[in-house]
Amino acid sequence: MTTLPQSTDRKLGLVIDLDTCVGCHACVISCKGWNTENYGAPLSDTDAYGANPSGTFLNRVHSYEVQPPEGTAQLVHFPKSCLHCENAPCVTVCPTGASYKRVEDGIVLVNESDCIGCGLCAWACPYGARELDAVEQVMKKCTLCVDRIYNENLPEEDREPACVRTCPAGARHFGDLGDPESDVSQLVAARGGVDLMAEQGTQPVNKYLPPRPRDRLDDVDVLAPYLEPVTTGPQGFLGWLDRALDALPGGKE
Amino acid sequence: MHPAPSIILFTTLSGLGFGLLAFLGLGMPGSTGWVAFAFFAIAYALAGGGLVASTFHLGHPERALKAFTQWRSSWLSREAWTSTATLTVMGLYAIGRVFFDADWQVLGWLGAALAVVTVACTAMIYASLRAVPRWYNWLTPVHFLTLSAAGGALLAGQVTIATPLLALAAAVQMAIWMHGDGALARSGTTLASATGLQGGTVRAFEPPHTGTNYLLREMVHVVGRKHATRLRAIALILGYGLPILLLLLPFNHWLGLLAVLTHVLGILASRWLFFAQAEHVVGLYYGKR
Repeated sequence: MTTLPQSTDRKLGLVIDLDTCVGCHACVISCKGWNTENYGAPLSDTDAYGANPSGTFLNRVHSYEVQPPEGTAQLVHFPKSCLHCENAPCVTVCPTGASYKRVEDGIVLVNESDCIGCGLCAWACPYGARELDAVEQVMKKCTLCVDRIYNENLPEEDREPACVRTCPAGARHFGDLGDPESDVSQLVAARGGVDLMAEQGTQPVNKYLPPRPRDRLDDVDVLAPYLEPVTTGPQGFLGWLDRALDALPGGKE
Repeated sequence: MHPAPSIILFTTLSGLGFGLLAFLGLGMPGSTGWVAFAFFAIAYALAGGGLVASTFHLGHPERALKAFTQWRSSWLSREAWTSTATLTVMGLYAIGRVFFDADWQVLGWLGAALAVVTVACTAMIYASLRAVPRWYNWLTPVHFLTLSAAGGALLAGQVTIATPLLALAAAVQMAIWMHGDGALARSGTTLASATGLQGGTVRAFEPPHTGTNYLLREMVHVVGRKHATRLRAIALILGYGLPILLLLLPFNHWLGLLAVLTHVLGILASRWLFFAQAEHVVGLYYGKR
């Protein structure tokens, strides 16, 4: 049923640390690998080696530049996948009941054998978390690796989403965000984790930890004032050239 | 949003068809026999044909019947129910009109009411999408309903009603354009809120992939907006202005037909803009809108 549950027993989700993400895209590759080889329709690529390659991905890493009013710009790598929203707009629009949010752990899933491929859920999602597979013609989205996290055939350390397991920088964390005592909830509280597009009213479960302020490099050395450059302008031939060019019409601002 | 020709054609034609069905159900015109047959045939070709065409853009049309199950939450599912109910009830009503020279009024009124509800459901599919600020507005259902009413009256040959309804639809059309132009800005969703990044100006530095993807093809369609102003003028003149002018002239069936044709062309332009100009907030992640 595509009506949303009033509440879920647990709120499994991811916490993504934008401070430590190095933008290596390993999570993108491991996600594609696991979800192509395991549960559900494979994630197809079309024209993969041609001029116009395109493919289905459940997780993508964007890069943004933040330019403060003063000082240097900062580059932030930004992995984005389904946020398993509590008030998931993609679920309620589904006409067939293929989309649903699980009561036991809050994971938003698609029953692919019920999906008619109308694409309305992808329209309803503000985050672009759902992609219609070009070959299978069914809606694909992050399953939070539901076939890993409860899989007793895997060693215990592998029972977490593929993206979390593979991250070399420790920038991705998995756990129950409904339990205030859990490691992920503590991390969100300590680092001031935020919701994406809170104004859209989706109440996302996944949280993002903002980049921490960079160290300031001024006033590092007490000797710095003595190291100021002695000359302020070019000397000798270069100085003459500089002055001569400035003297030409349109030379000096 | 990507202006898919199939969806533009379907929503325009089925909107007209359900508008015509509503007027036929109300007994305007109350013709019987072959004339009634012609009216109902046109209405069914538009409304039913549009619905059948809409299943072609599905990834798995063979599972389309499952779309009837989620009427409790999904406007698309509700539309499936109300449209088939309208076509069934109006089919029975048409049998009376065409073959028995009878006006089974209760059926007609019920069918007309269902036709109105169907158009409202279609509009609510768009109006309920918060991720598309331009559509997420009560003006969207008003726009679809006034347009269906005007087009239906025009097709039903109700000249005296069609003229003011066309003027009303034109006013709503202009209101939705003017209101829609600032909708994304008013929604409060920006690249900063989308990424949660603070402390400076956020700029999309590098996309996640070198090629394109489903999201960009489906929801970030910038090319279609190039001629927006000209298309708006075309939509206003062909869709509303010319039909009103033609209806004000002494009535003639050829002028009526011309009015219908220009109206349909104008509304196709308007519907193209409805999709092409609608910005989905996911575009912000890609530094586009």
